[in-house]
Amino acid sequence: MFELLSTELLQAYWWCIISVLGSLLVFLMFVQGGQTLIYTIGKTEPERKMLVNALGRKWEFTFTTLVTFGGAFFASFPLFYSTSFGGAYWVWMAILFPFIIQAVAYEFRSKPNNLLGHKTYEWFLIINGLLGTLLLGTAVATFFTGSSFLVDRSALTNLADPIISRWMNPAHGLEALLNWRNVALGLSVFFLARVLGSLYFMNTIADEEILLRSRKQVLFNIIPFVVLFLAFLYGIMIRPGFAVHPDTGVIYGEMNKYYHNLVQMPIVMMFLASGVVFVLLGVALPLVDPVKNGSSGFWYAGAGTFLTVFALFCMAGFNNTAYYPSGYNLQSSLTIYNSSSSRYTLVAMSYVSLMVPFVAVYVWFAWRAINRRKIDAAEMDGDGHAY
Amino acid sequence: MQLNRTSHKQNIMVDHVSLSLIDWSRGQFALTAIYHWIFVPLTLGLSIIVAIMESIYVRTGDPAWKRITRFWLTLFGINFAIGVATGIILEFQFGTNWSNYSWFVGDIFGAPLAIEGIMAFFLESTFIAVMFFGWDKVSKRFHLASSWLTALGANLSALWILVANAWMQYPVGMQFNPESARNEMVNFWAVLFSPVAVNKFLHTVSSGYVTASVFVIGISCWYLLKKRHMDLAKRSILVASIFGLATSLLLAFTGDGSAYQVSQKQPMKLAAMEGLYKGKQGAGLVAFGILNPSKRAGDNADAFLARVEFPKLLSFLGYRNPEAFVPGVDDLMKGGFRPGYDHVNILEKEHTFSVEEKIIRGKRAVSALGAWREAKTAKDTVKCQAALAELRTNFPWFGYAYLNAPESVIPNVPLTYYSFHLMVYLGLFFILLFAMVLYQVTKDRIENRRWLLRLAVLSIPLVYLASEAGWVVAEVGRQPWVIQDLMPTMAAVSRIDASSVIITFWLFAALFTILLVAELKIMTRQIKLGPKEGGTN
Repeated sequence: MFELLSTELLQAYWWCIISVLGSLLVFLMFVQGGQTLIYTIGKTEPERKMLVNALGRKWEFTFTTLVTFGGAFFASFPLFYSTSFGGAYWVWMAILFPFIIQAVAYEFRSKPNNLLGHKTYEWFLIINGLLGTLLLGTAVATFFTGSSFLVDRSALTNLADPIISRWMNPAHGLEALLNWRNVALGLSVFFLARVLGSLYFMNTIADEEILLRSRKQVLFNIIPFVVLFLAFLYGIMIRPGFAVHPDTGVIYGEMNKYYHNLVQMPIVMMFLASGVVFVLLGVALPLVDPVKNGSSGFWYAGAGTFLTVFALFCMAGFNNTAYYPSGYNLQSSLTIYNSSSSRYTLVAMSYVSLMVPFVAVYVWFAWRAINRRKIDAAEMDGDGHAY
Repeated sequence: MQLNRTSHKQNIMVDHVSLSLIDWSRGQFALTAIYHWIFVPLTLGLSIIVAIMESIYVRTGDPAWKRITRFWLTLFGINFAIGVATGIILEFQFGTNWSNYSWFVGDIFGAPLAIEGIMAFFLESTFIAVMFFGWDKVSKRFHLASSWLTALGANLSALWILVANAWMQYPVGMQFNPESARNEMVNFWAVLFSPVAVNKFLHTVSSGYVTASVFVIGISCWYLLKKRHMDLAKRSILVASIFGLATSLLLAFTGDGSAYQVSQKQPMKLAAMEGLYKGKQGAGLVAFGILNPSKRAGDNADAFLARVEFPKLLSFLGYRNPEAFVPGVDDLMKGGFRPGYDHVNILEKEHTFSVEEKIIRGKRAVSALGAWREAKTAKDTVKCQAALAELRTNFPWFGYAYLNAPESVIPNVPLTYYSFHLMVYLGLFFILLFAMVLYQVTKDRIENRRWLLRLAVLSIPLVYLASEAGWVVAEVGRQPWVIQDLMPTMAAVSRIDASSVIITFWLFAALFTILLVAELKIMTRQIKLGPKEGGTN
């Protein structure tokens, strides 16, 4: 059936899949946000143990989504994979290192004879939570603000130097931190993840103290998130964006491009608006009625996060927009048309994508099975597995 | 946002891909792959062994089996975490350090990586959480199903990454597109069911099963030596030795398949594995040999200081014909032979090219690509067609164009040779070990055979050595090719400063080493604590 779709539709379909994975990833970064709060919300050792264990049952979903996001991007838009990862080397390395230390932190933290001591592993979690969110957000912001790279397919015929993609800034990606818009999105992701993390604790842990402190953290973090995120949106909309001419494929600067994208794609505007409303609803519900809605806030805010990020990805890639623009050489900018896999591969991978709903169903099923009962201090002292 | 063409041209003129960049990038990949491969085989095998033990528990209802399952599950979890940590780097490294590779073949190579994530990693990570946290939360059967699904996920992930690796060794199912300047997939099933992929998958996962079996037996034998947890140890040995014996036979069988595939598809790797410089008909397999360290390709020195061989066996294994001609390093350099021929079909036309000839043809392909792109820009269809025909004719040697010297097609022979032979000796030894252990445990006198218990404990480091040696053979033996004949390492790297890669290399080396030490300390402590006191899962 996918054979019947035009190549352009297949490319759009795959940009949707990438957007779904990216949106899920940001939602699942509640794990990272929660990790940065283990000392703020957990004041005693038993409290921290509950927090770490609440997150420890879910961290692999985030990790796996990140890996799958990378793999799916590679399979569907390989030119992005080679240009961005090979070029913005340092920013991606700075993102990956914190994920290495996260992967061992949960399992090793409370084990005897663990070489570094449990505090070190807790700091691994905090570092991962801080850098993972901040840098990933910053990297995604360059989808709107641009980077400095050159793509020249003819380079392959230069025997001494056949490399097609080259990064033109010696900071290899770290220069993204010098643009306030990028940092604003990075910090937005950080604060949003902390909001989600706090809501997750309220959703999962049955403990009065933790509930109270989490609620406080939701308030503390939602304000900077809203301010920074609006600043980022404003920042990208008032400046020229990267448009692509639908017939010639020529890329050019268009004033207020991302604002136009919202206006010209009302459904995306709807996603964005409802996303923000859902996040705020998720935050407000537990504050209004803490007894009843302490739990459901997480799901509202999670859905809102998903919709918001999905809208951002749509703004970056659809409506004749270059999703990975190069300010150094406009014509090197990547669009979903010039950077995608071949038609054959897109079709083959589209069949593979039919597995995604099945995966979602069993993930949901397993999640429910494990979270049926809230975590409490008694469970931590039982003979079950605990980090 | 303005384009600066002049500085771009200047950059191209002064820059070239430095050797130091290539070597450090290779070093970094080797480092992460070797570290990753310390942990993966155990995950592959132990996931199945744990699932078998749990199945016995569910069938018999005997709580002792539950205790055994949970003990091995603890060790599984410790090992799994660090496998994940090293794995994420490998995936992203294709992009960060091998960006040109990622573009040149991403259309084919990306697919298995993505499928690995969607199909395997989610299965693994979802159900591993149920395995650890679900004991009191889900039914016995749901838990057991989760254990099997985790094992399935781990092994499926091995399938897809090995399909990807096999494709690099034997690229099939694709065609080069001069417009996009990359290879594009034309047949997914050819990639998935390539004989190299099928064999590589079976050989690699069975090596993981053997690793896990030796691990379980070794630790259990240590308990028997200490006279602790005797019941747990003996039951574990029974399961692991049956599983190990069966899979070590599969390992040997697929090892033979590997050698056959390598002979056909990567004759230079085979020559390096056997230290074979001068090819011959009816070539023997080296049973034991010490390489002559001063031997160089093309000279007349003997390749070995000492050697014992099984006559004609290499010809038979490589070509299923005891009289077949097996080319050596020198033959592959000079060309002009037909691999596999014997006196029956000797009259067939000889058609193997020398490396120099292949380089010439590779350069023809590359300049035809340039000509095609120019003609395309000039909209000259006649020139386009001619260039395309030239490109297609010479494409099989495309990668040779980027070689600095013909000798660079020769991999490190001593490293490949010794790794190969070590792997084979150890592989055969493990079959024997499993058989002996199984015999003694079924006779219920294994605790009295202290020499065997000690040997089993000693086998734990040996099985890791064998496993890593296998990867060295597969990956060092194929140098300098990232994709056999189509792209050497020097054309595959990312354009970054060597100094950046040196920094990340040492960061990875330090971090992975610290984590490995932590893992070993935790693991040995958990083993010392044993199931009763330390079974905290």
